[in-house]
Amino acid sequence: MRSPLHGILAEFESPSELVAAARRAKERGYRKVEAYSPFPIEELNDVLHLHHSRLPLIVLIGGILGGLSGYLLQYYIAVIDYPINIGGRPLHSWPSFIVVTFELTILFAALAAVFGMLALNGLPKPYHPVFNVPRFALASRNRFFLCVESSDPQFDRKDTAAFLESLDAKEVSEVAD
Amino acid sequence: MSTAGFAIPAELDRDLRRFRTRSLMVGGAALLLVAAGAFLNPPQFFRSYLWAYLFYIGVTLGSTALMMLHHLTGGAWGLVIRRLLESASRTLPVLALLFVPVLFGIPLLYEWSHTDVVARDELLRAKAPYLNVPFFIARTVVYFLLWVALARLLNRWSLAQDRTGDPGLARKMSALSGPGLLIYGLTVSFAMVDWVMSLEPHWWSTIIGMLFMAAQGLSALSFIVALVVLLSKREPLRSVLTPRHLHDLGKLMLAFVMLWAYLSFSQLLIIWSGNLTDEIPWYLKRLQGGWGIIGILLVLFHFALPFALLLSRDIKRSTRTLAPVAGLVLAMRLFDLFWWVAPAFQETGHVSFHVHWLDFAAPVALGGLWLAAFLWQLQKRPLMPVGDPNLEEALAHGRE
Repeated sequence: MRSPLHGILAEFESPSELVAAARRAKERGYRKVEAYSPFPIEELNDVLHLHHSRLPLIVLIGGILGGLSGYLLQYYIAVIDYPINIGGRPLHSWPSFIVVTFELTILFAALAAVFGMLALNGLPKPYHPVFNVPRFALASRNRFFLCVESSDPQFDRKDTAAFLESLDAKEVSEVAD
Repeated sequence: MSTAGFAIPAELDRDLRRFRTRSLMVGGAALLLVAAGAFLNPPQFFRSYLWAYLFYIGVTLGSTALMMLHHLTGGAWGLVIRRLLESASRTLPVLALLFVPVLFGIPLLYEWSHTDVVARDELLRAKAPYLNVPFFIARTVVYFLLWVALARLLNRWSLAQDRTGDPGLARKMSALSGPGLLIYGLTVSFAMVDWVMSLEPHWWSTIIGMLFMAAQGLSALSFIVALVVLLSKREPLRSVLTPRHLHDLGKLMLAFVMLWAYLSFSQLLIIWSGNLTDEIPWYLKRLQGGWGIIGILLVLFHFALPFALLLSRDIKRSTRTLAPVAGLVLAMRLFDLFWWVAPAFQETGHVSFHVHWLDFAAPVALGGLWLAAFLWQLQKRPLMPVGDPNLEEALAHGRE
């Protein structure tokens, strides 16, 4: 009985090799594919279909909530809780509410972006199996990694390793779970 | 791709020429109407002419500014539209010529040009050292000299770059564009104070320069986006324009929409808060007697709708969706300028929404002539700056 695997990791020397490998893996029908790189590579998003995340929706909702709460807060204070006559203007003087409404829209949208991002990507993560591969430390320096995870329906210990070898990976290693 | 591939193919050239002739004919016909209007109703002629003129000078100056911005910052977004921006900037001499009628209209447009009115008005007396006819004309001449000189130099170097590919020319264009943008900022601020703000000489807005710069940038960008989408149906632009280029242009449009809204609201907030007798009538006029409906249309369709649409990544990346948004923004630019200029000639408290047939004829006349001049310039050079050292990289943008 061999130890359970998280997946199989292939190491590449350049971003273009990684993109090409990711594309080949997708073409082969693998779905649970993860790429690791020291810097963002835009083409990877297209290849791995990373664009349609739910984050934009979360940010939009955060922004709308922020705008509403900013406006209603001022409305409540100026009209209901503590009405003061300022220069004879109506209590509900919307132009003066816009600045704070705008700022709170930005604030809530930004907070929603940060915390939504953390909620969706699961960070901070004290343990992740890929770190079991010693060379993976290079992912934050000058190497590019592609991992086919064992949860993929097409995953097969031998086949997948052979496939990754065929992509001219510099090194292919099993990742213990 | 070889550099020869960017020359305008014969078929496209023929179509552009046909479109140019048609545009010239429509413009010419409308110009006859406008000329008739000038005799029938001179005050109305100058009002309609002025706001229509502001639209086309906005597209032109905005293009010139974006061109300089691109020389400074670089980037693939600007390289694919550089020839369009340059062509627009080369129409400045035509626009200088088209400004001449406004000079004849000074007595009918600007109340500060009447010495008897100024003599009776303390504020106008104090402003007379700046707001007087000779100085107004001299300033306008200086603006056009500076604009034409900037556009000429940058276009000449760009053409030389096509021939030689000398990287020193890129540095030269970038070195001129820094001071050039500074000159643009100052001259546009003064020009808008002169041409627009002084229509109501008691009113002032310190943000008008920035506001018109944002508006001009937006007009130019929307025009260029609509045009680049049309041109991308054919070679050579068909194989040049990628969704990533469009995405970048869409993001810039979003930024300009927001900047315009931000500055417009800032002006409203400051004047509304101050509530001073010299300032507030400007808004009172524009929110009463039917003008308020245009104000609401501006909030909805010059800001809210384009803003919401341009938030979407997919809308920004598709020619089919980005071009209609650009068209909407362009249409709203016309509404905005009409809203700025037309109520200026009505008395506070006695305003009523009013459109004259000249308000339709003038934009068509000037538009036809301007578009013909633009297309004539566009056909003179390859559609891509073939000598630019960054062209290869810009074309690879969005491709693997």
